[in-house]
Amino acid sequence: MSQYSWPEESQRKYIGKSVSRVDGPVKVTGRAKYTQDFNKKGLLYGKLVTCPHAHARVVSVDVSAAEKMPGVKALKVVQGPGKEIHWAGDEVVALAAVSEQVAEDAARAIAIQYEVLPHVVVDETEPPKDIKVASGPVTAEDIEDMFGNQVPLEEIAKALAERGVSTKFTESQLKEYKGYGVPDSIISAMRDAPVREAAAGSKSPYKRTATQQEGDPDAAFQQAATVSEGLYGMPLIAHCCLESHGAVSEWTDPGNLLVRISTQNVSGIAAQMAEPLKVPASSIRVEQQHIGGGFGSKFGPDSWGILSAELSKLAGGAPVKLMLDRRTEQQAAGARPSAYARVRIACDRQGNVTAWDSSSWATGGPTGGGMPPLPYVFKVPAQRKVHTAVLTNTGPARAWRAPNHPQACLITMAALDDAAAKLGMDPLEFFQKNIQLTGPRAKLYAEELNIAAELIGWKQNWHPRTRLTQGHIKRGLGLSLHTWGGRGHESHCDLTIHPDGAVDIKMGTQDLGTGTRTAVLMVAADSLGIPMQQINLYIGDSRYPMSGGSGGSTTIGGVSASTRRAAVDARDQLLAKVAPALKSEPANLEIVDGVVRVKGSTAGGLSWKQACAKIGAMPITVRGNNPDKTKLPDLTNSGVGGVQMADVSVDTETGIVKINKMVAVQDVGLVINEKTAASQVYGALIMGITYSLFEEKVMDPVTGRMLNPNMEFYRLAGLADTGELVVRFMRGPEQDKRGVIGLGEPPVVSPGAAISNAVANAIGVRVPSLPLTPDRVLAALDQPTANATTAGGAL
Amino acid sequence: MRPFEYATPRSREQAVGLLGRNWNESAVLAGGTDLLALMKDDVVAPKRLVNIKQMGNYRDVKVEGNDLRIGALVTMGDLAENPEVAKRFPALHEALWEAASPQIRNVATIGGNLCQRPRCWYFRNGMGLMPKDAGGQSLVLKGDNRYHAVLGNDGPAYFVSPSTVSPVLIAYGARVRIFGAGGPREVALEKFYRVPQSENEREFDLQPNEVVTDVLVPLADVRAGYYEVRQKEAFDWPMASCAVALRMNGNTVQEARIVLGQVAPVPWIATEAAQALAGKSVDEQSAMAAANAALAAAKSLGHNKYKITVAKAAVKRALLNAAGHKQA
Amino acid sequence: MSDEDRKHPDGMSRRDFMKLGGLTVAVPMVVGPTVVQVAGEDVQVFGPGKAPVTLMVNGKKLTAELEPRVTLLDALRDHFDLTGAKRVCDRGTCGACTVLLDGKPVYACSMLAIDAQGRQITTVEALGEPGKLHPVQQAFIDNDAQQCGFCTPGFVVATAAFVSKHPNPTDDQIRRGLSGNLCRCGTYAGVRAAVKQAAGKRA
Repeated sequence: MSQYSWPEESQRKYIGKSVSRVDGPVKVTGRAKYTQDFNKKGLLYGKLVTCPHAHARVVSVDVSAAEKMPGVKALKVVQGPGKEIHWAGDEVVALAAVSEQVAEDAARAIAIQYEVLPHVVVDETEPPKDIKVASGPVTAEDIEDMFGNQVPLEEIAKALAERGVSTKFTESQLKEYKGYGVPDSIISAMRDAPVREAAAGSKSPYKRTATQQEGDPDAAFQQAATVSEGLYGMPLIAHCCLESHGAVSEWTDPGNLLVRISTQNVSGIAAQMAEPLKVPASSIRVEQQHIGGGFGSKFGPDSWGILSAELSKLAGGAPVKLMLDRRTEQQAAGARPSAYARVRIACDRQGNVTAWDSSSWATGGPTGGGMPPLPYVFKVPAQRKVHTAVLTNTGPARAWRAPNHPQACLITMAALDDAAAKLGMDPLEFFQKNIQLTGPRAKLYAEELNIAAELIGWKQNWHPRTRLTQGHIKRGLGLSLHTWGGRGHESHCDLTIHPDGAVDIKMGTQDLGTGTRTAVLMVAADSLGIPMQQINLYIGDSRYPMSGGSGGSTTIGGVSASTRRAAVDARDQLLAKVAPALKSEPANLEIVDGVVRVKGSTAGGLSWKQACAKIGAMPITVRGNNPDKTKLPDLTNSGVGGVQMADVSVDTETGIVKINKMVAVQDVGLVINEKTAASQVYGALIMGITYSLFEEKVMDPVTGRMLNPNMEFYRLAGLADTGELVVRFMRGPEQDKRGVIGLGEPPVVSPGAAISNAVANAIGVRVPSLPLTPDRVLAALDQPTANATTAGGAL
Repeated sequence: MRPFEYATPRSREQAVGLLGRNWNESAVLAGGTDLLALMKDDVVAPKRLVNIKQMGNYRDVKVEGNDLRIGALVTMGDLAENPEVAKRFPALHEALWEAASPQIRNVATIGGNLCQRPRCWYFRNGMGLMPKDAGGQSLVLKGDNRYHAVLGNDGPAYFVSPSTVSPVLIAYGARVRIFGAGGPREVALEKFYRVPQSENEREFDLQPNEVVTDVLVPLADVRAGYYEVRQKEAFDWPMASCAVALRMNGNTVQEARIVLGQVAPVPWIATEAAQALAGKSVDEQSAMAAANAALAAAKSLGHNKYKITVAKAAVKRALLNAAGHKQA
Repeated sequence: MSDEDRKHPDGMSRRDFMKLGGLTVAVPMVVGPTVVQVAGEDVQVFGPGKAPVTLMVNGKKLTAELEPRVTLLDALRDHFDLTGAKRVCDRGTCGACTVLLDGKPVYACSMLAIDAQGRQITTVEALGEPGKLHPVQQAFIDNDAQQCGFCTPGFVVATAAFVSKHPNPTDDQIRRGLSGNLCRCGTYAGVRAAVKQAAGKRA
């Protein structure tokens, strides 16, 4: 019986240690080839003509001049006359030409006329209080949204019965919904819903208010000793991947497509391209060795990937490189939804949180924005939550590292921090006091809070908000906590041991820069008992066994588990072949440092090469899977909690916030590679500092265009802006035995809240909305209440 | 970028001869860091680029009479490292160090810095330097003006003058030498900048077929200071900057020049502030009073009120820097 | 070219400007330079079509026929297949395209290829190669100063130039000296450590 469980610490040479990433040398020398870097002979350069208007209807498209230009090899009108465009930057025409210069000239020669329609791009304003719950017929999109907003099933059914539908759902549509997991009660409500006419002309950007209640919030607020109130929010931000979205597609023959695409989802792209291109998924090969950032925005082929294939087809199969330019990337290739909320919190005399009341709104573009999971982490006994989706012409939302969590975290932790201030309590003490509300991870959070407090010097440096300090530089501390799942995704791995000793691993996964390659090799090496350098790893190709998309912190768990199972099985098969030569039973053998030997013996073993020679003529190939209920234990797990603290200085004469120090304490189960795991957390802190201080998509209210579709006024933190960063993992046997858990998302959740709370602590007043730019900080300081608490402060 | 012709003149006469009489005919290429970005964004589309980097020896920095003469082709990086500049013009040295990034400073020239175009996001997005909506109303006033002018902002121009170096040079009383079809001419840098009244005008006193050849900075006994307020630690456009040059009599200010950057369509000379300071010693209180005087006429366009506060801090800190109270 | 064409008061050929005025977009043919007379001397005018361009890259002479509007970055990437320098912002903000020009770091996106002639250009490919790494490259690996790696080549080049100029950099010099490169994954902590390691090795 094979032992799949993770090896004990004494048995590990690699797992849990700090190992330099194996693709480091090709990256630092510029040899790593990204999608953007493929320059095959005969390459055509793709170019998009995009709509400059936030909302418009295409009236006419004249491509005649462009088509005639020598060097233009393919051209496609993507959205012809009559099409409605919902955001600036959406493509209208795509073309491919022999050089970038020709492509650019051709694009300029295309004349497009638009009928400009009214738009909404600014979402920061609080929606009117009296928004009525949508009353027109329910659309398919409404239903999907209600599910997204966790509207109770009874209410969905009620809406269908009362509001009806504009067109009857067909049985095949209903079957499809059932396939998505829509419960029978809703399916029958959809089937039975009356058909109603949609009321004309009542288009409001506000929609689908979700209302949820738990316990008796009214009573709790009445009985409260203190009620604190506040407004909190964060704007739309872009993913700003350094490598823009795009692909290089070529038809290697009329029936077969090779797509090199910048993607987080190598195994999942072909199926998404098959239908629009009308070819079997098996005829599409997807390849990618390196990706220049995704952060949640690169799971599909996108229209751009499909267009690159279509243009290639039109050009006789020649490779077409279609990468978004920076402007389009910033405008249209992804946005993290905004979220704003007015929150009231009730506390009793001892400082226990008793009730939560929030009225939130959000946009993620044309379909609005769902409600973040409020209140976050803390399960407040009595709650009322109302949510309004704001439909805007700001470009489509995409998952952004830990979808919805940074928003929920800021709103909740800032509101709680304000409640502590209102009570006159140290927030560390206040959070500890209420830690039981976090549920099963309460003990862990409490411990992490103590560790983080120690690392940041909370006791020495914290002061109440109202303390008077001299000078214009005010220092403050803030804290936050967060959670995430992170169970390993579905992953399959083929591991081959060749008779000459060579070992190959093939897996359709991808390395986003998180160190996936290195982790897989570490697991395989420890499982086989040979050095990492002896193993060849092949990833990034859809011809290899399917492995899930890299999102939601699921990759490390998935690939390490499938690799472990494959390697253990392959090793045991090898040992079975070698046992007779060592005059022993397979179960009595072990492989240590590349020597196959009887357990515990130090002499008389076979070298790896000698052992593999016993395999026979044919190699051993096994497939490892995750999950695999036949090969327990689980190896991966879900659910982490982390604590972060920030130490900031605020210049009250300029409103500038500087990060002095940030501390991240994180549990993560069994750490495979300490080095790349720490890098993930450092990176998350820096990304968090960036969205806390700098990032926002600035939309022009009049033209509806993004005013900063660049990297100059869409600011990213530089090397000097991040302060001292301290990362501490919760380690030890307790953590190890949980198995492997993903780490990509959790540490990026808390920085917004921790930094916002630190600024509030420093200047004595809440800056309601991120990013904490000088205009917002100075406006907050200008509030009459601010002056009262910051005497000796501003000019 | 649109296609263009490219020529490399060997003299300033050739350079001027290769330049057209209208702005859309040609453009001067020196470091190119600003010009190429403008061309990529199709904000400008000159049909010919005249690369002036070989037009003669304009790469020297040397004392000539009562001036330090800086060739227009000296890079920002070389100027920042020039010991003469560091010794005689510490505020200029500092402003150069603070400007942009090493990569930019290694190619951008001082002449190009003085002639760079505004960073106004309407302008850079191709909506014009004085952008208007269909009804002829200013997009800046109706839209997002958080980075726009708080002084000299009665319109139609609301952008801010981008150079961080020009306020310092103006404070030092610098002049620029310009070469055109009619030969060389000299103009005080403060007069070089002007507020355009239409899209066809430029923000400086330069004809399309003229080139800046030298910057002349008088060797005067002044105490100078510089301060810029940036959100990022480095490589970021300031929200406000201020350069001051003080002629002292012991500890008393005899005469002050106070020039603000990033607050108006031109480098803004704060005469009132200078007057407020005359006859006083520089301390926290007098510096603050000068700052208040400098911004007394400032007004918000709706989203940029904070810039008034920020600019006051810049003035105060530049003055304190000049007086030797180093401000972080 | 007739005399009438030459004698424009600006010294600019009239036909030349007429041609410019009527400039239409087309795939440019490779043509030799036009010669115009200005200030009494002949000056070669290249473009708008392709012109022969010779670059000294990594110690090798590379030639291509390029329109004047092709940037150094695009020439390196598209014509010489030196794809280590990346195109990210394409506006001189992010540093991913950093190369050395006569030993100094510059943004290859913000310089025309035709304008880089006669200069010594060094790209990341020439700093070192796997198995024979530059100390800065080794330091980036040792300190995990990279994640997705897209900003890394530019950062490595900028750091190599910085370290050779500042063998014992202070923290403040590091902050200022490496301000011209942006990273989205957030590898600055690693970069700071890498700079210190590389500088220490040189000292």
